[in-house]
Amino acid sequence: MTVTEPSPAAEPRTASSSGVLTPAQLAEALPGALRKLDPRELLATPVMLVVEVGAVATTVLSVLDPSVLGWFVTVWLWLTVLFGTLAESVAEGRGKAQAASLRALQTETSARRRTPSGEVEDVPSTSLHVGDVVLVAAGERIPGDGEVIEGVASVDESAVTGESAPVIRESGGDRSAVTGGTTVLSDEIAVRISSEPGQSFVDRMISLVEGSERQRTPNELALNVLLSALTVVFVVVCVTLWPVASYSGARQSVLVLLALLVCLIPTTIGALLSAIGIAGMDRLVRRNVLAMSGRAVEAAGDIDVLLLDKTGTITLGNRYATELLRTDGVTEEELAEAALLSSLADETPEGRSVVDLVDGLVDGPGTTGAGSGGRRHEVPRGTTLVEFSATTRMSGVDLPDREIRKGAASAVKEWVGHGDDLLDELVDQVSRSGGTPLVVAESRDGRGRLLGVIHLKDVVKPGITERFEEMRAIGIRTVMITGDNAVTAQAIAKEAGVDDFLAEATPEDKLALIRQEQEGGRLVAMCGDGTNDAPALAQADVGVAMNTGTVAAKEAGNMVDLDSDPTKLIDIVEIGKQLLITRGALTTFSVANDVAKYFAILPAMFVVAFPQLDVLNVMRLSSPESAIVSAVVFNALVIVALIPLALRGVTYRPSSAAALLRRNLLVYGVGGLLAPFVGIKLLDLVISLVPGL
Amino acid sequence: MSEVLPALGQIAALVLLLVLTVPLLARHLATTYTGERHLAVERLAYRVLRVAPDADQHWRTYALSVLGFSLVGVLALYALGRLQQFLPLSLGFGALPADGAWNTAVSFVTNTNWQWYSGEAALGHLVQASGLTVQNFVSAGVGMSVAAAFARGLALADNGGRVGNFFTDLVRTVVRVLLPIALVAAVVLVLLGVVQNLSGDRVMDTLTGGTQVLTGGPVASQEAIKELGTNGGGFYNVNSAHPFENPSPLSNLLEMYLILLVPFAMVGAFGRIVGDKRQGWAVGAVMTVLLGAVVAATTWAEMAGPGSAPQLAGGAMEGKEVRFGEAASALFAAVTTGTSTGAVNAMHDSFTAAGGGTVMFAMMLGEIAPGGVGSGLYGMLVLAVVTVFLAGLMVGRTPEYLGKKISQREMGLVAAYVLTTPVLLLVGIAVAVSFDAGPAGVLNSGPHGFSEMLYAVTSAANNNGSAFGGLTSGTPFWNTLLGVLMLLGRFVPIVLVLALAGRFAAARRVPAGSGTLPTHRPLFVALLTGVALVLVGLTYVPVLLLGPVVESLS
Repeated sequence: MTVTEPSPAAEPRTASSSGVLTPAQLAEALPGALRKLDPRELLATPVMLVVEVGAVATTVLSVLDPSVLGWFVTVWLWLTVLFGTLAESVAEGRGKAQAASLRALQTETSARRRTPSGEVEDVPSTSLHVGDVVLVAAGERIPGDGEVIEGVASVDESAVTGESAPVIRESGGDRSAVTGGTTVLSDEIAVRISSEPGQSFVDRMISLVEGSERQRTPNELALNVLLSALTVVFVVVCVTLWPVASYSGARQSVLVLLALLVCLIPTTIGALLSAIGIAGMDRLVRRNVLAMSGRAVEAAGDIDVLLLDKTGTITLGNRYATELLRTDGVTEEELAEAALLSSLADETPEGRSVVDLVDGLVDGPGTTGAGSGGRRHEVPRGTTLVEFSATTRMSGVDLPDREIRKGAASAVKEWVGHGDDLLDELVDQVSRSGGTPLVVAESRDGRGRLLGVIHLKDVVKPGITERFEEMRAIGIRTVMITGDNAVTAQAIAKEAGVDDFLAEATPEDKLALIRQEQEGGRLVAMCGDGTNDAPALAQADVGVAMNTGTVAAKEAGNMVDLDSDPTKLIDIVEIGKQLLITRGALTTFSVANDVAKYFAILPAMFVVAFPQLDVLNVMRLSSPESAIVSAVVFNALVIVALIPLALRGVTYRPSSAAALLRRNLLVYGVGGLLAPFVGIKLLDLVISLVPGL
Repeated sequence: MSEVLPALGQIAALVLLLVLTVPLLARHLATTYTGERHLAVERLAYRVLRVAPDADQHWRTYALSVLGFSLVGVLALYALGRLQQFLPLSLGFGALPADGAWNTAVSFVTNTNWQWYSGEAALGHLVQASGLTVQNFVSAGVGMSVAAAFARGLALADNGGRVGNFFTDLVRTVVRVLLPIALVAAVVLVLLGVVQNLSGDRVMDTLTGGTQVLTGGPVASQEAIKELGTNGGGFYNVNSAHPFENPSPLSNLLEMYLILLVPFAMVGAFGRIVGDKRQGWAVGAVMTVLLGAVVAATTWAEMAGPGSAPQLAGGAMEGKEVRFGEAASALFAAVTTGTSTGAVNAMHDSFTAAGGGTVMFAMMLGEIAPGGVGSGLYGMLVLAVVTVFLAGLMVGRTPEYLGKKISQREMGLVAAYVLTTPVLLLVGIAVAVSFDAGPAGVLNSGPHGFSEMLYAVTSAANNNGSAFGGLTSGTPFWNTLLGVLMLLGRFVPIVLVLALAGRFAAARRVPAGSGTLPTHRPLFVALLTGVALVLVGLTYVPVLLLGPVVESLS
């Protein structure tokens, strides 16, 4: 398991700052937006295609029979389509810069290929195929994705991950994968290429961040069906209204019916739908997560069960001494001194933590715990350090007057030559609480004496308990995976607040657990980095591979975390949910808007034939023409106004389904009912000033 | 406002009767559609029909069975109508015209019971009893069977798309539910004064010295199933306004009760079949809210609504029976249009514009408040899927209803369902106003005339069957148009619903967690109500505006 420092709690809300739309961004996106006006591009969004067809029709009508109303409606219908394509173009533009810098990595280089016979030849990097072995020395760029099969090297991966500190890549083990385009800083390695030209990791990254090969996700397709149905309904409403209005003696022009149609079909969500999808992927990319499929991002929002490795995800990588427990007839000072002395030789994090703990006890409470060290302790003269060995299972010091040892209970008791009931009880107590007991003993003149127990504890990452609370609130069950025994696992699970745990877990157990959950219809997410994680990563609905992991792991998962931070799974789930919520909120908003538009347009259409309908002109719009134009303009402008929201996603706070629904209904449902009344009225005040309307 | 108390009183009585009996019938229905046992008489029916009652059908087979069975019904009714002059008990009536026979055949098979003819002046006893009354039972049975299949589809999982056996459902519905209740209801109706005989016309001398022809017949028996099966086709032309069909306020109350009984009980049965009664109550609550709104609006419009004539007269009594009054007429109108029944005890054409518009809107809702027997349930459940889809997105999960994921394919079927009736209705009215033959039958000019046509196509496309009046619909144009609307308005949704049931039955069930949106809470009830109103409202606002709205504002 890879150990990483806790990332400074990757916060979902900082992403919102990236949703601001600048004029420069718009200008940059304009050419792309214009290109997307091609009807073939619009086939995927029937709503916008209908608007474009309407725009063409009003253009023809306005040319044949020019009028101020006609040209106003025509211009704004075209703008409606354009705003939609602009939204998509802006969303794509956000990935363009990143794609450009990634492309720079792909410049053709020459590679040193080792033939099976052992000769080395220079070949262009683009001619490398899966299975080729290349040699890469310090200062050279790795020509393609692959696995280190010989040697160890430090590699600069900043071009891909953005992390400037070099990382170690070595053959064997879980850190063998290298990415094409990264640079070797020291030593030489032999790499077996694992991707064909054009299908490398960087290639996939480029297409992902550009959104060029974006496949629409299942839910997006389902929503598109609903939007298309609504479009068809309103087309039928408007087409049939023509003869019906004529029969009623209120003949309508095609132009006005087209204006009504465009206002009624769900253009807001239709225009922003693909931008929402692209922006969702982009949000992941900004967190340094690469989703290999949009389907996985969507699945992330549906996750029911989250499998998390204990070490590095739930707890800090190392254990820390948290407590000293005396046995009978030993003073606190005696035990503290012995613990300190025994650990001076111990350069492991655990050993250092004992020193820190004793320092804390001396300095007073509040300074204990991880990372407070720094004071140098002099090793007394004439001291021999005794290193830990697997056979003695103890470490310690030999002082001139005595010997001190600390280690596993059984080993130390054997060294002392006798046991102690109270001590056994203390050892038990520590084990039960999820800790590891280290027994401390001394020996003067061949007479051994047990002093007490150091409580070594897995330290749960700060803030992780709150994250699990959030997960529980949104209905996700967290399961801790650990190699510890059940007693220890249970204690840590309780402290961290996970719902369940899998103790003494083997990779096979993990896979079996995932299968079992999936059989019950639940979706499972997990992360992993080792080759033995690969089957489970492939089986999980969302499998996040650590970038530091093996090639096998990265290929098995459907996401790669460049930061190799397992905690990020939780962020991924939230981004998945946010993506769906944004779609739902804008759909609701779009449909709710129709009510006000009816109140604007219908009285305007029929008030001439039926003056009594003026009662329904609740907004008191100045004239029928102005009312129609105001509704059309509002309809177009609301798209622009919502582009930032589509790009950054609606605010998401983890809470129960009912609470989320209530909040979003209030904001986007009720808000969607009321907003256009205000907006159309304000626009009418301006538009009524236009002569001829 | 001395009428307010009785108005509330009859509503209270109706609610009380329903509250007491709906749960009982719901339990009986649930056993009917999930039980293993066959009754002896049912076994006999299966032998005659040559079906294996325990063989579950794939949804396609189920749908083909429904269509095949209904096609036979249409052909049989058409033949009976066209050959009436050769049939016994014809009371001397001749053959129906081709377009009329087509219309009537479709009308009764689709549970619409639109009647272009006057029952007492066109049909003999044999056609009424062996044709229409039989269809009153089986067309209701078809709707209930389809709804049961849909409920089972939601309850089942991973079974490849089998939703039950249509013939078993149909036979059980008729034998265990409709026949027994209709029998009891008919007896009570006779006790309340509804006629029941097989004699022909009786000529009476009136007080003024003239003569009057009184047509008798098996009225009570037809009346019972007419209401119970939300059919609505009356023995007499004026339907439940006729004193022989509906003699007193008490019989009026009983008829309204019979109309509402099965639609609400189906909802309860649905909750039991899917294993969570609360799901049924939630859907029932939405229906109750919508029906309550329709009742309130219609009652207000008729008792205190705008209109100079009613205000001068002290009440909108035109076209209403004195023995019922405004409140009972308004309530009956709301009940009959909320349920796709189409029986009337007053002439909707003579309602105030607002009242007429309200009952039209009740039909436009898609007959879901509480809708026809069976069709009301599946119509509402389809809307529930739409609601779940929107709500699911808003809570950040791919939407699911009762543990079934709603993906593109399901959404396609749901979208097609939601599209069908509005398209039929709007195209229907557009066709009607575009040909001279359409407006030719209209009695009034202006918006009211438009309303008369709008009501007819609304009634046909939604399989309601009630008539506004004022429109002479017995013409080849209207008979053909309305026949097409009724046929498509019934069977296109049925096939879509069965396809959806099949997909749900084949899908695996996703267990509910705390991230799942609960579909039995008030919030969901409110949202489903809102979706029903907005989705429907947005579609029909323009046509309603040009009819009842313009009229009521003038």
